[in-house]
Amino acid sequence: MIIAERKPIPEIQSFVAGYHKVLVVGCGTCVAVCLAGGSKEAEILTNELTLSPKTAGARFESRTLERQCDMEFLSELDEQAAEYDALLSMACGAGVQLLAERFSRIPVFPAVNTSCIGVNRSVGWYEENCRACGTCVLALTAGICPVTRCAKGLFNGPCGGTNITSCEIHPDQPCAWHMIYERLAAQDRLQQIMEISPANDWRNQQPRTIVQPGYEERTSALKEQ
Amino acid sequence: MKSGSKLERILQAGHFAFTGEVGPPRGCNVQALKEKISHLKGHVDAANVTDNQTAVVRLSSWAASLICLQEGVEPNFQMVCRDRNRLAMQADILGASAHGIRNMLCLSGDHQVFGDHPQAKGVFDIDSIQLLAMVKGMRDDSAFQSGGGIDEAPKMFIGAAANPFAEPFEWRIHRLAKKISAGADFIQTQCVYNMDKAREWVKQANDLGLTEKASLLMGITPMKSVGMARYMQSKVPGMEVPEAIIRRLREAGKQNVAEEGIKIACEQIQEFKEMPGVAGIHLMAIEWEHRVPEIAERAGMLPRPEV
Ligand code: SF4
Ligand code: SF4
Repeated sequence: MIIAERKPIPEIQSFVAGYHKVLVVGCGTCVAVCLAGGSKEAEILTNELTLSPKTAGARFESRTLERQCDMEFLSELDEQAAEYDALLSMACGAGVQLLAERFSRIPVFPAVNTSCIGVNRSVGWYEENCRACGTCVLALTAGICPVTRCAKGLFNGPCGGTNITSCEIHPDQPCAWHMIYERLAAQDRLQQIMEISPANDWRNQQPRTIVQPGYEERTSALKEQ
Repeated sequence: MKSGSKLERILQAGHFAFTGEVGPPRGCNVQALKEKISHLKGHVDAANVTDNQTAVVRLSSWAASLICLQEGVEPNFQMVCRDRNRLAMQADILGASAHGIRNMLCLSGDHQVFGDHPQAKGVFDIDSIQLLAMVKGMRDDSAFQSGGGIDEAPKMFIGAAANPFAEPFEWRIHRLAKKISAGADFIQTQCVYNMDKAREWVKQANDLGLTEKASLLMGITPMKSVGMARYMQSKVPGMEVPEAIIRRLREAGKQNVAEEGIKIACEQIQEFKEMPGVAGIHLMAIEWEHRVPEIAERAGMLPRPEV
């Protein structure tokens, strides 16, 4: 899922300064699970802004949608949005953008920093696991992403900086390539990293549009009608 | 001959090679750089010119390599994967070769968090092994990484680094094999202090036939003080300094510690000279360039052969 962290209050206040009626829009999916922008966090932010002398005089209300990265759910706000002179989105960057597109006449501001695609290690503890490189190599690397979890994104690691089992950047950061080595060795599959992994085909360097076969079938069926 | 560099000719003639290292200045202080180079002149076969070493901005390695060349010391142009993508790397390789630089060392590079611009975006478009393969392709097949043809291929004697000491130890020899099959003609190792491990690693390299395919230059850095040894032991990632070395330095006493450091280095060099599979020494006398002539002399590396 997408992991995000709420922005500091002063930064959020700098966005909404001068607006009189602001709707804080929570998102009920990823950012709710990672405790950054769900309905509870939207209410907390609304209260903080209401009580802060810095934003005194302005009205803050909150509403949480199921998903902000989907027009279908955004349409629920169509009537209500017009009552506000700014929207503060607590969704990930994708949700903020779709909200801003749907209500393009109203200023939309982000209330969270979108961090990464990650996993839930425990409530409140998340770990980045994927950078959406577009050419997944997990089959080669024992299910451990070298692009994300190796600080240098090496395809033929480990580098010379490993600190026993940690990465050179920090003792608390496990070396991804050490883990890859150990897991492959345990599975008796080291052979596959004996081969040189060639230079990667970076497919995340231009905006991507993904069209699944289902979409094509549906649109061509519609055309035929 | 792959590039015809002096280092290549020395190794090809079967001489025991001796390389040094210079770090470019944090500015345009060419005088300081020339001063460092002057100590290496005539005492080493080639000098590594570091590339934004420890992720700190310095005068660029190809520019400093050029100054090295003008000053009469053959450069070994270092290139890290942290600061350039494959376009910039290939452009600099062509540029370096066009100016007569004939050796290069391909490295991943220290992570940028260690340096003076920790907020920088690390590039790491390709890794050091992919860089080796790219340079080899450019030199031997006149082909860019993309496959496109090169109008006059660059001439480079290609080097790689190896750290025999970092974990997982059993994997290190295979990584060395990968570097050699990617294109490394010579290898320079991390500073050696643990001779037992170094012996074991060289033996593994011999057993796998790797020392026949590439020349192994063992890294030596004389310790200047107990503090330096402690720092290397605890702070430098991937470095292994046995307690015995620290004890020896401490027992030498404050006055004699640098002398003891040089003594240890000379003993190591002596042992490597006689070790089958070792083709030379890479001396990294960090900010101690002025002691290189003395160390070279005492280690019996002088005079350097003319080839
Ligand atoms: S290899 Fe690419 S797609 Fe696969 S997990 Fe890593 S970043 Fe994600
Ligand atoms: S220590 Fe391991 S995780 Fe860290 S940069 Fe090197 S190979 Fe990657």
